Amino acid sequence: MPAPIRLRELIRTIRTARTQAEEREMIQKECAAIRSSFREEDNTYRCRNVAKLLYMHMLGYPAHFGQLECLKLIASQKFTDKRIGYLGAMLLLDERQDVHLLMTNCIKNDLNHSTQYVQGLALCTLGCMGSSEMCRDLAGEVEKLLKTSNSYLRKKAALCAVHVIRKVPELMEMFLPATKNLLNEKNHGVLHTSVVLLTEMCERSPDMLAHFRKVRILRLLRILGRNDDDSSEAMNDILAQVATNTETSKNVGNAILYETVLTIMDIKSESGLRVLAINILGRFLLNNDKNIRYVALTSLLKTVQTDHNAVQRHRSTIVDCLKDLDVSIKRRAMELSFALVNGNNIRGMMKELLYFLDSCEPEFKADCASGIFLAAEKYAPSKRWHIDTIMRVLTTAGSYVRDDAVPNLIQLITNSVEMHAYTVQRLYKAILGDYSQQPLVQVAAWCIGEYGDLLVSGQCEEEEPIQVTEDEVLDILESVLISNMSTSVTRGYALTAIMKLSTRFTCTVNRIKKVVSIYGSSIDVELQQRAVEYNALFKKYDHMRSALLERMPVMEKVTTNGPTEIVQTNGETEPAPLETKPPPSGPQPTSQANDLLDLLGGNDITPVIPTAPTSKPASAGGELLDLLGDINLTGAPAAAPAPASVPQISQPPFLLDGLSSQPLFNDITTGIPSITAYSKNGLKIEFTFERSNTNPSVTVITIQASNSTELDMTDFVFQAAVPKTFQLQLLSPSSSIVPAFNTGTITQVIKVLNPQKQQLRMRIKLTYNHKGSAMQDLAEVNNFPPQSWQ
Amino acid sequence: MQFMLLFSRQGKLRLQKWYISLSDKEKKKITRELVQTILARKPKMCNFLEWRDLKIVYKRYASLYFCCAIEDQENELITLEIIHRYVELLDKYFGSVCELDIIFNFEKAYFILDEFLLGGEVQETSKKNVLKAIEQADLLQEVSYSTSLLY
Repeated sequence: MPAPIRLRELIRTIRTARTQAEEREMIQKECAAIRSSFREEDNTYRCRNVAKLLYMHMLGYPAHFGQLECLKLIASQKFTDKRIGYLGAMLLLDERQDVHLLMTNCIKNDLNHSTQYVQGLALCTLGCMGSSEMCRDLAGEVEKLLKTSNSYLRKKAALCAVHVIRKVPELMEMFLPATKNLLNEKNHGVLHTSVVLLTEMCERSPDMLAHFRKVRILRLLRILGRNDDDSSEAMNDILAQVATNTETSKNVGNAILYETVLTIMDIKSESGLRVLAINILGRFLLNNDKNIRYVALTSLLKTVQTDHNAVQRHRSTIVDCLKDLDVSIKRRAMELSFALVNGNNIRGMMKELLYFLDSCEPEFKADCASGIFLAAEKYAPSKRWHIDTIMRVLTTAGSYVRDDAVPNLIQLITNSVEMHAYTVQRLYKAILGDYSQQPLVQVAAWCIGEYGDLLVSGQCEEEEPIQVTEDEVLDILESVLISNMSTSVTRGYALTAIMKLSTRFTCTVNRIKKVVSIYGSSIDVELQQRAVEYNALFKKYDHMRSALLERMPVMEKVTTNGPTEIVQTNGETEPAPLETKPPPSGPQPTSQANDLLDLLGGNDITPVIPTAPTSKPASAGGELLDLLGDINLTGAPAAAPAPASVPQISQPPFLLDGLSSQPLFNDITTGIPSITAYSKNGLKIEFTFERSNTNPSVTVITIQASNSTELDMTDFVFQAAVPKTFQLQLLSPSSSIVPAFNTGTITQVIKVLNPQKQQLRMRIKLTYNHKGSAMQDLAEVNNFPPQSWQ
Repeated sequence: MQFMLLFSRQGKLRLQKWYISLSDKEKKKITRELVQTILARKPKMCNFLEWRDLKIVYKRYASLYFCCAIEDQENELITLEIIHRYVELLDKYFGSVCELDIIFNFEKAYFILDEFLLGGEVQETSKKNVLKAIEQADLLQEVSYSTSLLY
């Protein structure tokens, strides 16, 4: 048998193949040769054959028949064999194959080999791909090597130990004694040892670049300070020093600064330090290197909730990033911009955001449009501005607007009574030119149907009224009906609009009748049904027609008696079983004042827990809290206040301004101090306050729940109750998990209506799962600052 | 670090180092997807991107893409430095390294990587020491008279 061809030779040959088929043929031929060589137990060339197999494996061809051969190589005494054997093991074997366990013995022997490079190979392989069983078997050897005097091996052993601990956390104890000798302080894991080891290596050789060491130490600081007030305090100075003294002319310096910033964010640092961190990030934003800008935007996004004011200072730089060429940077900048919008900067920000919407890539448009709608709803300085903004979005990105934005917009328009004429005129003009953007057309059709009479009578006050005849209006609606571009839904809107106009137009009723009857035989079932019903309306029920097609009443966005309506919050929709929710009926027994009603029913989506105001007479002595009825979204019965005193529709809808779980930050102007409402067992809840500009009886409270323990709190539910004279609305929380180590928070918005300006008091109930057990707590919040309710 | 991939502009894999346990099929799938995603990136884009629940740090050196997948809490900027350091090591070892060197000496590329990183972490920050260790190991290979049998 001639000697198998050399590795380089094979590589060269394979590369000459001109087609995939040719390559495959060569590979197959070589594999066959290798196979027979393996079968003959050829020790001399095994190494060469396995190496060739590894090359072919990298090209994507199967190589499992070489697995056992790798083991044989590892067991060989020759260094080359071992080198290739271990490489093969790392590439071809993994813990899913039973075969890999056979390695354990070999590795064990090699860990005790006389040559350090062999020991090194073993450590490397174990540290890279060791399974839990292997780790368990070999941990002792690794631990021994941690204590060896050979530093080459010690460093590998340390990282190998890191892997062992990652695979089998219980083994960490075993390594502690060894690491204690390296450090003279208690440590939490071998992670720190590797840091120390690196440090030692660095200190021994003067030409070691220090930056690797610095980053690791900072990371260590981050972990140490995470939960610990004292160490955090001690670190403040160090971090401040590092931050100011690091040179940023090279990427390396920036990497250290970045790590510093991450550390500052993670530990309980004082606010001055956090501001320093944010300023560093702000400087990063001006850096020429796009990587630095990206990293800065990502970090700012993480901190914008907690350090909002500090981040606001960099708003203009962030907004500039909207014009960046890089897609990832643009997205980050967009998200951050939305987080920074508030009542003060809404006009300026909206200009930038609308410009961004015009020019950005299609993948952003939907998110951007939704964000703009939300921001506009929350902070619109005037109704006209609001409607103009919506129009602008519909006309520039009309086809990207999410379908469920349409009902929201329609409702908004309905409620802006004085703007009806203006709105319908603008919408009409918008679709005259182009009726291909479905959401725009739907909203326009609906409005024309509702307010067509205002359109033809030229009643618009806000701008120059246009001259439109009834026929022209019907023309455009019919064009929409006929157009190929219109979806079935849009056609439905158009047809209904035409029908409504039959009671608002005077000269064209016959034309409308004709149109409606034509569609009575439409192929589209939906249209057909509508048309048939409308026809019937004309023929048999003409007396009812005008009543049925009357102008829509102002829609209440919030009914104090029922669940909130559908709200689009960046992709989440809350359920709105308006149809299924029966109003509470009949008087219910009062429970004790202590009892915040349990929320019944298992919603797996984060539930909106609206609390209706209590209205039953005060129970003896229970002045603070009578029972508040919680209403269950799934319709299960709940003990509820007597219906007689439940506020009915006659009460003006309050809290019309936007429903979303995004906290409203406006304390720049109002400056209401925030309070810690609750702090126990590692759970801390902070309240920040904002007063509504439009309604002085409304206080908006944003709660932030954070968790300083080492385990997450899951299924977290926050409930609140207020005294009788108040009304409370709780919006949906940002999530139901409070992550450990203060790595994140749950935010939730509470709106309180306090028409009598009484002192605000609140009772809260918290339920969550922690460390495997269900936790529950009740507390009273009495430390509301006077500015929050006066 | 979870894994590192080296691939050419045509999407051919030149090196793959996995620090997490995955089936062959999964590795192939990830490789294919990631290679496609990165090759689709325009030159002016930043070197970081989010992919699945990982952060990807990649850099192009001549005709080769170096791509690392790191976890959320790791520092992207330092990972860029790690990639750069690895390229420097290859450069010193091969003397002005090019893609062909890595194709024909892939096993050496692995050996060098394994002296620089272990279990996804940097094990040696000194370029000199890494190269010295490789040199010694190479010598050991010579001495055991087995080199000629390999190449």
